[in-house]
Amino acid sequence: MTPKAAIRAEGERLLQAFVQAGAVPVEADILQPAGTLLDLYGEDIRARAYVTDDPVRGEMMLRPDFTVPVVQAHMAHGAEPARYAYLGEVFRKQARGSGRASEYLQVGYEVFDRASPEAADAEVFALFRDLLAGLGLRPVTGDIGILMAAVRGLETSERRKAALLRHVWRPRRFKALLDRFAGRAPVPAGRVALLERLRAGSPMALIEEAGSFVGLRSAQEIAARAEALVADAETPPIKATEAALLYDLLSLEAPAAHALNHLRGITPMLPAIGPAVDRFATRLDALTARGVDVTTLSFEASHGRTALEYYDGFVFSFLGEGMPPVASGGRYDALTAVLGAGAFIPAVGGVIRPGLVARLKGVGA
Amino acid sequence: MIRIGVPSKGRLMQDCFNWFGARDVVMRRTGSDREYSGVIEGVEGVMPVLLSAAEIPRELAAGRIHLGVTGSDLVREQLAEDEVAEVAKLGFGQADLIIAVPNVWIDVETVDDLDAAASGFRKAHGHRLRIATKYHRLVRDFLQAQGVADYQLVDSQGATEGTVKNGTAEAIADITSSGETLRANHLRILSDGLIHSSEAVLWASRVAEWTAKDRAAYAFLAAKLGVSGAPF
Repeated sequence: MTPKAAIRAEGERLLQAFVQAGAVPVEADILQPAGTLLDLYGEDIRARAYVTDDPVRGEMMLRPDFTVPVVQAHMAHGAEPARYAYLGEVFRKQARGSGRASEYLQVGYEVFDRASPEAADAEVFALFRDLLAGLGLRPVTGDIGILMAAVRGLETSERRKAALLRHVWRPRRFKALLDRFAGRAPVPAGRVALLERLRAGSPMALIEEAGSFVGLRSAQEIAARAEALVADAETPPIKATEAALLYDLLSLEAPAAHALNHLRGITPMLPAIGPAVDRFATRLDALTARGVDVTTLSFEASHGRTALEYYDGFVFSFLGEGMPPVASGGRYDALTAVLGAGAFIPAVGGVIRPGLVARLKGVGA
Repeated sequence: MIRIGVPSKGRLMQDCFNWFGARDVVMRRTGSDREYSGVIEGVEGVMPVLLSAAEIPRELAAGRIHLGVTGSDLVREQLAEDEVAEVAKLGFGQADLIIAVPNVWIDVETVDDLDAAASGFRKAHGHRLRIATKYHRLVRDFLQAQGVADYQLVDSQGATEGTVKNGTAEAIADITSSGETLRANHLRILSDGLIHSSEAVLWASRVAEWTAKDRAAYAFLAAKLGVSGAPF
């Protein structure tokens, strides 16, 4: 066990390094209103975050991460551009017997800058690389923006694209939808029967027949979705060639420079990813300028696609053997819009776990 | 002394007594109707502890009882997989934990539809689609595994079928055996909305202290009940 004092000292060292890099140190409350986090992540977060009750403020959560409060503070009264750093405990429920800590220090660095997002991506990655040098960690990168661009560029209905984009962070559901839209999975038996019924009568008549109306979801909403289901059943499947490109993209894992060549190769067939691939290329140039060898840097197109995340562009992790990620981060432009009540600013950042850094250095062991 | 938790009242208690009685282990309540105490005849070193079925999982997990009879729904909701061992399924108390939606939702037949309806509902109403339940963990795990988004669980400890009509939820997740109450409240089960098939189970605690005497008593009891395997 690494002594707590040694972990805090490591955290302070990293925080100072972030301040040296130009960040303003900020604090965040440990008790966060549960509503904001639940609306953002959904009920799934209850399985990970500690929920408690305040007699006046209602349901509260022990801070599961800093990003949300830091973004909220910036959107409310931050100047631009801004760089922030923070150090403090976060709290996450862990599975029984996992041996993982449910309370640990996180030290983080966040950049809000409109000027050059790809340069900011490279700045954050290179800073983390420098601070974690010599620990034998394996960096992995990804870019969820390319995947989202590919979905937006599909030749299919807007409704299908929206359904896929909504589930980008839930790989299993995303794949099930894609399989269905591409005609690779059979239409479920229940859906076939449903479509027959919907085609047999007008939605309003069917609702009438179904008996007493209960619930807040209105007859208009029900009828609109029923009509959309019938329309969707008549939508042709996503073309096999297009679907194949998307499946290929989901499983793309290669050194970053090689991945770029591959993506350039498929762009003529999937022109919608062009701008995202250009941004990827710009980022690799920015990384190269900071001394990152992109001919060996791991790139995985599906990296960072897990629930309880919000990244929508560049993503990265620094991985060690037999432990959770030592550091991770990414770009979360959309989150600033969600939390900004209309305002928006490109943002990228990441966190390091000082406890794992101290353990790797053998401090106090 | 092996302490065995049994439901303290109702149909579940009677079915439980019958199951043990059929195996020559006679359980009965003693004292007045209102006093929660009982005896076991036919085995040595075992005593019954009459408890609310809902409290039996917690008592097993704390090791305050060695064995206990209660529904698998309650155990799966309250405990982690490895906290108790299943000794025997008892073949009664069957009920399904299901998701049900208003029958007038003619566009919703499956969990996939529910997910899509939740997306539209949130856009139209500005809040997540509410599902009333008391089985928060089982329902959340089920929906998370299926990748359902834009819903929220609202707590309902009773009369859950009425929450939709009363406007406090859009859908429910509850235990049903015949489905009559659902139909009476204009609700319909999703075709793939079965979360858990529950039944009464004899459980053993993994944390209770089993002395040499307890182990011997358990071996005798297990032989009478015709169950195999030891929880310790």
